[in-house]
This record gives sequence, structure tokens and C-alpha cells, in this order.
Amino acid sequence: MSDTTAIPGIPAKEMAAKAPRMDGAASHPLVELTLTRFREFLREPEAMFWVFIFPILLAAGLGVAFRNRPADVLKVATVTPQLAQALRQDKLLDVQQLSAPAAEEALRTGKIALLAEPGADGAVAYRYDDTNPEGRTARMLADRAVEKAAGRVDPVTAADRLLREPGSRYIDFLIPGLLGMNLMGSAIWGMGFAIVDARRRKLMKRLIATPMPRPYYLLSFLLSRLVMLVIEVGFLLGFGVLVFKVPARGSAIDLAGICVLTSLSFGALGLLIASRVKTIEAASGLMNLVMMPMWIVSGVFFSAQRFPDVVQPLIKALPLTAAIDALRANMLQGAGLAQVSGQLLVLSVWLVVCFPIALKLFRWR
Amino acid sequence: MPSTSTTATLRVRNLRKAFKDVVAVDGLDLEVGAGECFGLLGPNGAGKTTTIEICEGLTEADSGEVELLGLHWSANAGELRQRLGIQLQETQFPDKVTVFETICLFRSFFRHGPAPVDVMTLVQLAEKRNARVGGLSGGQKQRLALACALVGDPDFLFLDEPTTGLDPQARRQLWDLIEQFKLQGRTILLTTHYMDEAERLCDRVAIMDHGKTIALGSPRELIASIGVEHVVEFSAGGAARALELAALRSLEGVREVQTQNGTVLLQVTALHRTVPALLGELARQGVPLTELRTHSASLEDVFVTLTGRHLRDE
Repeated sequence: MSDTTAIPGIPAKEMAAKAPRMDGAASHPLVELTLTRFREFLREPEAMFWVFIFPILLAAGLGVAFRNRPADVLKVATVTPQLAQALRQDKLLDVQQLSAPAAEEALRTGKIALLAEPGADGAVAYRYDDTNPEGRTARMLADRAVEKAAGRVDPVTAADRLLREPGSRYIDFLIPGLLGMNLMGSAIWGMGFAIVDARRRKLMKRLIATPMPRPYYLLSFLLSRLVMLVIEVGFLLGFGVLVFKVPARGSAIDLAGICVLTSLSFGALGLLIASRVKTIEAASGLMNLVMMPMWIVSGVFFSAQRFPDVVQPLIKALPLTAAIDALRANMLQGAGLAQVSGQLLVLSVWLVVCFPIALKLFRWR
Repeated sequence: MPSTSTTATLRVRNLRKAFKDVVAVDGLDLEVGAGECFGLLGPNGAGKTTTIEICEGLTEADSGEVELLGLHWSANAGELRQRLGIQLQETQFPDKVTVFETICLFRSFFRHGPAPVDVMTLVQLAEKRNARVGGLSGGQKQRLALACALVGDPDFLFLDEPTTGLDPQARRQLWDLIEQFKLQGRTILLTTHYMDEAERLCDRVAIMDHGKTIALGSPRELIASIGVEHVVEFSAGGAARALELAALRSLEGVREVQTQNGTVLLQVTALHRTVPALLGELARQGVPLTELRTHSASLEDVFVTLTGRHLRDE
């Protein structure tokens, strides 16, 4: 058009040379869009908290609450010094010698699990609550101690070998679960909220009024997600491995592959959720509706096997179940990709089904 | 004044668009000449935004034709996007991103254009370079939107209600900027429901109502077309007695009498003869005068004359 379009503040030379107007030295739109995604995320302290800090607090809290303790010592009581001495032979019993009324009181209030009383002719009577497992265990231990003290010899000698290996503790079960949950949450929230917010602000409409290639917009989410993934997974996994000595027995590359596929599948799901929604309220409702059942049934905090057999196929078809099963198999059993191919297939199906539907339904305004 | 028929850069023919049962644009024709600043003036709901968004290729028309810079949206969307500068009504840029970062983002979409820092200086946001968008005032946000419309060195600039919601000082600042672009010979299509904005900025104005153009011409032509030079407005407060409007109509120099929410509007040709006559007549009718104002005829009066309503009533 006219060559009179000049902007004050720009050297006249550049105004004149309008044909090659590469004066702006612009960077690549994909780079700028991805940077914008990062800026929006990193400058939002709350988002940082939920993505980075919260899973670690949760892991630390649950890890401490459900840490494996040394086998409990059972409190028992008796009223004679002879019996007390016999009982003290067993290290698993904490024996008190009390007066009869005090022992009575302690038993009734549950301060002791068992009360051993002398009977006639050296006999012993055990008083305990047989509906209480501690009482029953105390009965067995106490009786064994008393019989041994009286001279019983066991015909078979038995030795104990204790197994308290990392990998079978609750925290080992929990960390892959939290990892899966975190991958789901950050992909769905990260994708969903940002898209719905941009639509609500009419920013999306403004963007498509520029020559911005539309796939770049979605691609910028993918790129930022992948970079964020490294930080997120590294953070939680590093914490688990360093602080709780959670094993990571499988190949790290396989683990990375599982995380990327998981993130892509949930990203597609997030995109689908956000494809038409116009308000943040509707989006959060929809996202919670999708994620809540998976938090419960997909085995984040306890094994998905606890649900009835009838619903197992359904639970196994959920993306979070597949992700967590694959992560656990990799980290705890050192399984390769071939051994988790079923889970990978489930995740891939979610990806290839959700993504095209999301693109089809997607509204830019 | 540019001649429009031969050098039109925007040509709109018989444009129609309905949303469900509401007809937003109803057979609209427009021509905007090169280097012209053209205004679509009308009340809210007149179809201005729908019209401009169809021209911007954001909304598809039900029927009709849009030719822009000799190109069509159906065939040349990519090329058109590179050559247009667009400011939408109520775009909210990301709050956490700075002014400069926002301009760089938009600059990256265009093949050609000025450096981001120059555009930022142009819209007088240089000292806000590292301020986050969320902390800007309404006027600053609007200037940022303008900067984002200018980063591609556009041949055609669309401004949809550029000053709505701004305080008078911010509006004047924005007008100064828009006047600079006019001086550079940029073609501008803007919508507004402020008549003073249209009178100040636009070479030609199309007054829209209910999806149609009801008047077209330069502000001066349009004002002249209603044949009155002044408007006298008065209210009779809570006067118990109804005014005899017929008597007012026959006063010297009065062309038209209208009443609105207790205010009476007289369109007059000779202020110095009508006002004394009006005062005499009101005294004769025994009506107490609580307010009396006169002003030179404006685009607002054109709209009132054509529709019987005020621009800002809706």
C-alpha cells in the first residue's frame, strides 16, 4: 500500500526502506508463545506451590505418618515377682509388676494387653480381651515365656531372618502414586485453566486476529509442559529418592518415556475439557469431575486392587491407573517398557482419542 | 476529503449477519478510501462491532461481500492478517507479563514491522517497559492494545471503541495518537458511541442503527443536513401543568420539538431570536424553568433527529 506509513521514533532511513522491513528483529512466535506460558506460570506463586511444593509436603506427611516402625512391644502386667521374671525373658513383652487392684485397673483401661495371674499349683491364668489382636499376641508370647521358664524345650530350632528392604514400604508405594497424580493435575490444570482464561479474556480472539499460526498456540503448551515436566518429576523423584531412599530400579529413560506419554495423554484430556468452556468456574467443575474419581480409584494412596473385581477392568482403563501402574512397575520392580505395554497402550488410546476430538471441538472465542 | 469510489481500500456490500433471532447487521454497504479515517457511530447494539469483526475476518457474515486491500478473506486470509492492525473491544492481555514482553509477543507474529521498543515509545509506554500488564491503568492498557495493533506496520487499522471506559485525559491522549496515524496516511476504521470522538477524528462517519446505515458523510455534512445550527434544551422541573408543545413549535426559528425524560429539545436555526421568544412563551404558560442549555448542533443531534433517541440511551 502507501509508502507514507511511518512511525515517529523510527529513523527516517527505515521509513524509506520499506520494502525489506525486517527492522523489528522479531524472535520466533513459538519461542515467544512458550516464554509467555512460562512467565505466566512462574509469576503465579500459587501455581508454583501446587505443582512443586504440595506433592512434596504430601509425600513427607504421609511418609512420616505411615513410616514402618520397629515391631511393637506389648505391655503386660503381673502380680508376682516369679511370673514377672519369667515373662521378662521375652524381649517383645514390656512387663510391669503391679498390685492386684492396680493391675485390674490397667487391664480394664487398656494400658496393658494382658494380665498374668498365678493360679493354684503353679498354674497361670491369662486375662485378656480375645477380640483384640494385641491381647491374643500377648497371650501367645506370655505363654511361651512362662512355659520356657518352666523348662519346656522346643523340638525344632527356628531362626528369624528379617526383611525390611526399601521397595516394600508405604512411602515406596506412595511416591509413584503421587508422581502420577501430579502429572495428571499439572497437565489438566495447566492446560485447562490457561486456555479457558485466555478465552474468557478474549486474548485468544486477539491472537487469532494476528497472523499467528494457530497450531503454534497449542504447541507452546506442549513445549512448556515438557520442560516443566522435567522440573516437576525431578523435584518429587529427587525428594523421594534422597530423603526416603525410595528405589528407582527401572531404566531412567523408560521412566522419562512413561512420564512424557502420561503428560501428553492428560494434556489431551485437559485440552478436551477446555475446548469449549468459557468460564473458570465451569472449567474447574469439569476438571474436578474428571479427576476426582481417578484420585480415589486409581491407586494413588492405596492399591486399586481393593475395589471389587467387577469394576477392575474399568479402573484399569483409566489413564491415571495405567500411569501409576507403569510408574510403580518401573520404579519398584525395575520393569522395562515391554512389561508395561498394556498400560502404555491405555495411555496412548486416551491420547489419540482425546486429542483429535479436542481439536475438532476447540473454539477460539 | 479523499474521493471514495475509486480508491476504496475497504468495500462492503449488502452485509448481513444474524445471531439466533437477532439481526445484528442488516444489508450494510460501506466504502472506506485509502488514507481515510472512517467512523462507525451508533448506540450499543447497533451492529458496529459485528460489522468491524466481519471486516477483520473474525466473524463470518451470513451473506454479502467484504473486499479489503483488494483481497478477500476466503482466499487471502494469511496475507490480510499480515497487513491489518486490529484492536478489539476489551482484550485483556496476560496480567503477569510485562508491557515489553507483550509487545514482543505480538511483534513475533508479523513478518515486517518496527522494533518493539519503537512501538512502545510511540504509544508512550516506554517508562512502563517492565511493568506488568495487571498493574496498568485503563488508558495504559488501551495504549498497549494499540501498540499490539501497530507492531505489524499495518496498512489498515481497525479500532473498536478505542476510548470506551477511559477518563477524559486518557481519551485525549489516545486521540492525539490516532491523529498522528492519520497524519501518516494510515487508513483507519473505528467504531465509537462518542459523537465528540467521531467529530474530532473521523473524515467520514456512517451512523448506524439496528444494523443499517442511517446516515453517511463527513461530520460537518451530516450536521448541516439536519438544517439546524443550534439546539436548545430545557426542563420545566416538576411543573404540574403539561407544556403546550404546539405553542413551542410555532415559535420563531424552531424547526423541531422533542421531549425526552422531562427534557424538551428544540432544534433552532436562529438562537438569538428563539431564546427570548421561548422565555416569553414559558412565562405566558406559567411554567417554571429549572434548566436551560444551548449548544451547536452535533452528531448527537443528527442521531436524535434521525431516530428520536439519544446515542447513549441503551
